[in-house]
Amino acid sequence: MRKHLITVINAAGRAVPLEVNGQPVVPYKGVGKHRPEGNKYGPPIATCIDFPDNGNKSVETLKQALIQAGLKDGMTISTHHHFRNGDLIANQIFDIAAELGIKDLVWFPSASFDCHTPLIKYLSDGTIHHIEGSMNGALGHFASEGKMKGVGVLRSHGGRYQAMQDGEVKIDIAVIAAPAADTFGNANGLDGPAACGLLGFALADAQYASKVIVVTDHVVPFPCWPWQIQGNYVDYVVKVDKVGIPEKIVSGTTEITKSPDRLLLAELTARFCEEAGIIRDGFSFQAGAGGTALSIGIYFADLLRAKGIKSRFARGGSNKYLVEMLEEGLVDFILDGQTFDLEGVRSMRENHGHVDTSPFTSYNYHSKGNFAQLVDVVILGATEVDIQFNANVVTHSDGALLHGIGGWQNCLFAKCTILPVPLFRDRIPVIRDHVTTLCGPGELIDVIVTERGIAINPLRHDLLDSLKDSSLPIRTIQELKDEAEKICGVPAAAKFDDEIIAVIKWVDGTVIDSVRRLSVT
Amino acid sequence: MNSHTIETAGNKGEKDRSDCFVSLELTSSGGRIIEITSKVGALYGDAILELAKDILSHFGIEHAHLIIEDKGALPFVMAARIEAAIHQLLDTSKEYLPEMLPENLYATARDQHRISRLYLPGNTPGLMINAGLHAPHAIILDLEDAVAVHKKAEARYLVRNALRHLDFKGVERMVRINQIPAGLDDLDYIIPHNVNVVVIPKCENAEQIHAVNSRISSLQHSHNLERKIWLLPIIESASGIIRCFEIALAADNVIALAIGLEDYTADIGVQRTNEGTESLFARCQLINACKAAGIQALDSVFSDVGDLDALRTYVMQSKSIGFDGIGCIHPRQLKTIHRYFAPDDTEIEKAKRIAIAFTRATEQGLGVVSLGTKMIDAPIVKRAQRTIDLAISLGLLQHDWKSTDQMKTSES
Repeated sequence: MRKHLITVINAAGRAVPLEVNGQPVVPYKGVGKHRPEGNKYGPPIATCIDFPDNGNKSVETLKQALIQAGLKDGMTISTHHHFRNGDLIANQIFDIAAELGIKDLVWFPSASFDCHTPLIKYLSDGTIHHIEGSMNGALGHFASEGKMKGVGVLRSHGGRYQAMQDGEVKIDIAVIAAPAADTFGNANGLDGPAACGLLGFALADAQYASKVIVVTDHVVPFPCWPWQIQGNYVDYVVKVDKVGIPEKIVSGTTEITKSPDRLLLAELTARFCEEAGIIRDGFSFQAGAGGTALSIGIYFADLLRAKGIKSRFARGGSNKYLVEMLEEGLVDFILDGQTFDLEGVRSMRENHGHVDTSPFTSYNYHSKGNFAQLVDVVILGATEVDIQFNANVVTHSDGALLHGIGGWQNCLFAKCTILPVPLFRDRIPVIRDHVTTLCGPGELIDVIVTERGIAINPLRHDLLDSLKDSSLPIRTIQELKDEAEKICGVPAAAKFDDEIIAVIKWVDGTVIDSVRRLSVT
Repeated sequence: MNSHTIETAGNKGEKDRSDCFVSLELTSSGGRIIEITSKVGALYGDAILELAKDILSHFGIEHAHLIIEDKGALPFVMAARIEAAIHQLLDTSKEYLPEMLPENLYATARDQHRISRLYLPGNTPGLMINAGLHAPHAIILDLEDAVAVHKKAEARYLVRNALRHLDFKGVERMVRINQIPAGLDDLDYIIPHNVNVVVIPKCENAEQIHAVNSRISSLQHSHNLERKIWLLPIIESASGIIRCFEIALAADNVIALAIGLEDYTADIGVQRTNEGTESLFARCQLINACKAAGIQALDSVFSDVGDLDALRTYVMQSKSIGFDGIGCIHPRQLKTIHRYFAPDDTEIEKAKRIAIAFTRATEQGLGVVSLGTKMIDAPIVKRAQRTIDLAISLGLLQHDWKSTDQMKTSES
């Protein structure tokens, strides 16, 4: 069904299909151009009289719960990724489905990790038809080689919420792994051996899925408070021995980098923000989870201390460094979307200013206003940027699908979006004529910081003005690209098949680009 | 012709990046078979093949089996690896030289600041590529201790190519050759390629300086080069310390002496400590010899990369006894070195007052400059100017400090 998709050229100049996995899709129209009408999708009406009077929704096993939830061929099954690489539940769901001989499921995770590599066998044997979510590592390679039965759909965290609201994705069964829960289904991420902080990525799943199963290894008496997931949405509660692997949930990806090259990028970024006048009393920022981004936070903290001012809020991914800033009084609030370490979990339990948020609060296209636009500066990564400032986060320059979008697209709406990237990785230039896969339109990307120079988007006259006498190495993006090619050589174009193996959704649900199968030759 | 028929060059360890490993067999028939596995193959596979063919043709090799395992080596690195393999199999004086970047043709000044000099292992390209961006005062491409004995030959090609084709962003380019006499052959690979400073390890006497200079002048003669090449001997033994002054005065291109404390402490049979009491005599002797000879005295590296607090103490001590700079082995150390070797506020203020007094005196046509009741002579003015230049180069003082300073004075 994937072979011969008819494509059209969308507003970004990219060839995209009009139909994906048998459903019509809308080509990207431009930033802020798509406005769906009508009412949001709603799940079937549930009535409390159908549930146990004593509130106990316990079911013996996950298998039993899946059978009672009506698991059958072609269903869409969702999971969340708050356990990151320590998730033990997603694989079990598909083990059970395969055992029951179920076929053609759609897996709709909020993200996938290396620990999900075993699912390749179910993608191969037809248990899973395709993935709508990030495809990293081995799963990405599997998809890039054209081996997945259906077309992958990649969405941002906000786009995932929008897809449910628009009824584009109808979740049949949501399985919400929870560090703590009561038998009514109230659940949170704060307590229990697998504490991960919050469960915001599963909120939409709870609200929009037909059936909701909570799985936990830590049952507490009613009420499980705070109920980050409300039991009123939950059909079944399953107790298992172990829901996740704690040391992989709070993984080591969140240490400050010791790489001098990355520290240089972080320092240049922080100096840029300082000279651009972004670091002022009451400003707000968001930096991702990578080592470079964390280091930028440290530089920000130094600047705030030196100036005797504070930040009003930081958007998280929270971690110990952000928590230190909160507890030192350098920032009033952490608006947290996912907790990266145990200090983040502790702080969320203890600190009034450490706020649990979801993609609805932070990124939702169909909410009445957008938090992401209120952030003064956001610092993100990219695999590639082009001379129009368009950026790619999902594929490498050889075209292989390797990363998810996460909140990246949603964050681009901040007042200033900065991408600190090395000018080249080993020999691969990061700045190209055209990105291999378009994930973020250049008009939303303001500054590219590399170790060999900083390029400001020509649309940002204000930034160009504030930095015109700067001692920072301000260059044009073309100059940076030329320098990269002088050092690395001019790269050949990666070779692709025509066959589309995945599509990239924009935050509004339109298709911004397609990912093609890697050419075998 | 070497007795081996297959030779290799380069690195392919788990952690090696921006490098490649090549294996070359010269065959008698069958043409040129080139096998490439590369992590950047999708983008540069064709370019790698072209480069390999071009190098083989350059050396007139018609039949060979060349295997390249590439982990993102830049072209100048890959060329060095292939050439190193060829030179092990073929007795030829031919060289395959990458373009000399025009921006690499700079000279350096005898008395420029050398607060920090960053050692870069001569056979590890990944550490060289961004070295200039971290803005040490000098980089040292190390052919000596940082290169394994069986890798010494191939490192020469890599260092040569880096001198020609890697932009070190204006940083002074030093190369540490091997101990004399073996190190003399290293000079063939660096002197024609605009090295600024030759670092001579384990230097013990003036004869070694003469031997280096004699090789340099014959190389310069045959390559029609005239540019001054500076020498930085490292004193690493008890007998070297005794002859510091003789070495410092051995030639007019000796611009500094450095002390190597790992070897020195081993030579006198003690452990090196962070406090450095055991080497205080040697360091003071070297500093005194340098100052008497009118050249810079440079301190040893501080090898605990993780301990920046101890580094700070080390730097402050180093500066206080008269050293003009120290060596470092990781870019992470640079900030601490620059910060604590830098002139402090009092030093800067004093230097500014001297410079202003000198300017005023000159403007007023006065022959004698004084600050308060103190006469200021030329060396003091010069030292003040150096302090100011250093403060500016380290970002502690604005370029236009004079105008802003005078504005402040007139406002007050």
